[in-house]
Amino acid sequence: MTTKTIKVDYLARVEGEGALDLHIEDGAVKAANLRIFEPPRFFEAFLRGRGYMELPDIVARICGICPVAYQMGAVQAVERAFGIEVGGQLRTLRRLLYCGEWIESHALHVVMLHAPDFLGYPDAIRMAEKHGDVVRSGLAVKKAGNALMCLLGGREIHPVNVRPGGFYRLPTKAELAPMGEELKRARDQAFDLVRWTSTLPIPDFEQDYEFVAMRHESEYPITGGRLVSSRGIDIDIGDFENEFEERHVPHSTALHAMVKQRGAYLVGPLARYALNSQLLPETIQSLAREAGLGPVCNNPFRSIVVRALEVAFACEEAVRLIGEYELPEAATVPFEPRAGTGFGCTEAPRGICWHRYDFEEDGTIRAARIVPPTSQNQPSIEADLAAVAGSLVEADDDVIRDRCEQTIRNYDPCISCSAHFLKLSVHRS
Amino acid sequence: MPSLQRPRLAVWKFASCDGCQLSILDCEDELLALAGAVEIANFPEASSAISEGPYDLSLVEGSITTPHDARRIQDVREQSKFLVTIGACATAGGIQALRNFADVDEFVSTVYASPRYIETLATSTPISDHVAVDYELHGCPINKMQLLEVISAYLAGRKPAIAAHSVCVECKQRGNVCVMVQGTPCLGPVTHAGCGALCPAYRRGCYGCYGPMETPNMKSLAGEWQALGAQPRDIQRALRTFNAWAEPFREESEAHDD
Repeated sequence: MTTKTIKVDYLARVEGEGALDLHIEDGAVKAANLRIFEPPRFFEAFLRGRGYMELPDIVARICGICPVAYQMGAVQAVERAFGIEVGGQLRTLRRLLYCGEWIESHALHVVMLHAPDFLGYPDAIRMAEKHGDVVRSGLAVKKAGNALMCLLGGREIHPVNVRPGGFYRLPTKAELAPMGEELKRARDQAFDLVRWTSTLPIPDFEQDYEFVAMRHESEYPITGGRLVSSRGIDIDIGDFENEFEERHVPHSTALHAMVKQRGAYLVGPLARYALNSQLLPETIQSLAREAGLGPVCNNPFRSIVVRALEVAFACEEAVRLIGEYELPEAATVPFEPRAGTGFGCTEAPRGICWHRYDFEEDGTIRAARIVPPTSQNQPSIEADLAAVAGSLVEADDDVIRDRCEQTIRNYDPCISCSAHFLKLSVHRS
Repeated sequence: MPSLQRPRLAVWKFASCDGCQLSILDCEDELLALAGAVEIANFPEASSAISEGPYDLSLVEGSITTPHDARRIQDVREQSKFLVTIGACATAGGIQALRNFADVDEFVSTVYASPRYIETLATSTPISDHVAVDYELHGCPINKMQLLEVISAYLAGRKPAIAAHSVCVECKQRGNVCVMVQGTPCLGPVTHAGCGALCPAYRRGCYGCYGPMETPNMKSLAGEWQALGAQPRDIQRALRTFNAWAEPFREESEAHDD
C-alpha cells in the first residue's frame, strides 16, 4: 500500500488561520481536510446579557473584511424582533453601504489574493511588476468601495453609523454627489477588470453544487429576501434551522453547515449568480456574456470572473442609488424593545450570513446564533479539494499543493469569520 | 552610507478579526511605495512568498488565547528586532477578553457541540503580557495613517508622532459640538485619540474603541454618566467592549457590578 500525506501548515492569502491535510492511499484521496485553527473568540457566548444597541458594534468585530455584513444581519434581526420596518431611503442607504463592502472585499480578493494564482506570482506586489496597470486599477476600484464605506459608515473597517432603526447620521445629497462621480470611474475600471479576468488561464473543473442564496422579487440580492436553492429550497429566513444544520468536526474551530436532507451546499458569488443572474441590469448581463459566462457557472476557479462581475454590478448599483437618493426626514424609525426572537440574513461578499437572537423585554440579548458563510462552504471546499487532488494523484507534491491552495482561495475563505501559501510536508510509505 | 538592504517587515496574526492587518492593504495609494521602502518578508495574508527571519520590524495583530499562541509569540519576539503591536486585541486583549470576566468552559459549550475538540486558554491577554513590546498602536481598528506614521518613523529612526491626548481634543479640532452637553453619554474624555473623533461627528457618543488615554479620570466620567441617567449596568457595558481588559476600563467596570 502506498500512502502519502500532504500537509499545508498555514494557508496564505486568505483571511485567518487555516491549514490543509491531504491523505492519499493507493492513488486515491482518502481524506481532504481544510483544518481551521483560528482561535475561537466566543461571540455567541459573550453577546448574552448585552444590549440591542451594542449589537452592531460588537458583531462587526467578527470580521475586519466584512463588518457591514455582520452589522446588517444584526440590525435586521433586532428590527424584526421589535416589529419595525426600515424602508424607503434608509433601506437604500443600507444597500448603498453594503455595495461599498462588496466592492472593497471583492476587489481585494480578485486582484490582491486570487489573480496571482492564475499567473504564477506569490502576491499582487510582484504581479504589479508586469501587470502594474491591472493592480493599480484594482486598487483604485477597491479604494472607491472603501471611500463609500467611509462616507456612509465613518470608516471602512468597523463603521460606526449603522444602528437599529436606521442610522446615527444621514449623508446629504451634496456629500454623496462627488462619491457618485468616483464610482462612475470605478465602474468603468471594474468593467475592464471583468474582461481581464476572463482572459486568465482558468482550469477546466466543474462540480454539481447545490447553490444557496437569497432571492428578492426585483433586485439582485444584497440586504434581504427569501432563501432559495438550486434544488428546491424556498423558505423564509426564519426557517433556516429547519432546513440546515451545523456539525462540529474535530479538525476545525469552524462549524460545518449542511442541508439536513442532502449535505454540502455552496454560498457566495457563484450561487448568487446562478440563482439571480436574470435580475442583473442588462449592461451587466451583457458584460457577463462578453466574459464568456453562461447563466450558471459550475467552475469554482471561474469564480474570479463572477466576483469581478459583482464588483461591476455593485459600482453600477451604487451609482444608481446615489442618483435616486433624497434625504429622509428622520435618521431612524422609532421603536420600543420587546421580548422575542429576531432573524437576520444578508448576502455577505462570501455568501449568506445568518443570525438569530432572542431578546428579553428590555432588549437584552438572551441567546445568539450566527452562521457565517465560510463555515457553510467548508464541506464544499473539502469536496472540491478531494476532486482536484484526485485528478492529480500522480503529479508532484508541489503541483498538488499549489492547485489545492488555489482551490481553497477560489472561495475567498474568511477564516477569521469561521489563508495563498501552504507549507507542505510529505510522508510516503 | 545608506544600506542597500531594505528593512525586512513581518506581519503576524493572533486572535483577531484581521481588520488591523487589512489596514495595510487598505493603503491603496501607498501600498506599492511601501513595498519599495521595506522588504515584505513575511505577510501571509498578502503573499505566499515567506522568507525566514530574523526580521527588522514585526507588526503583531491579535491577542493570546491558546497555549500554542503563547509559545508562538515567544518565537516571534526572538526573530524580531523591533516589535510593534497593532490594535485593541494586541494591546489590550480585544473583545475576546470578555471571557476573562466569565467561565470559559461555559463559553466553549455555548458555541461548540463538542467542547473536547477546542483548546483554549481561560483568558485573552495582550502581547505585552507575554513579551517585551517596543511600541503599541491603539485602536479597533487602528488608523491606517497612524500605521504609516509608525512605519515611516521606524524607517527614519525617530519616535512616531502619535498624540496621547483624549478624543475630546480631536472633537475640538474637528469642530464637533460636544455630545455630552446635549445629553448623550460619551467615552471621549477618557479615550485615547486617533480616530479623529469619529462617533461624535456621526452624532453618537464615543464607545472607547481606541482604549484608555494616559491617566484617564474614570471616576469623574462615571459621575457625569450617572448625572445623565446612566445605570451601573450601562456604564459597565460601555467599558467592557474592545478594550475591556485595559486596566483603567477594567477597574472602573468592576466598580459598577450589580
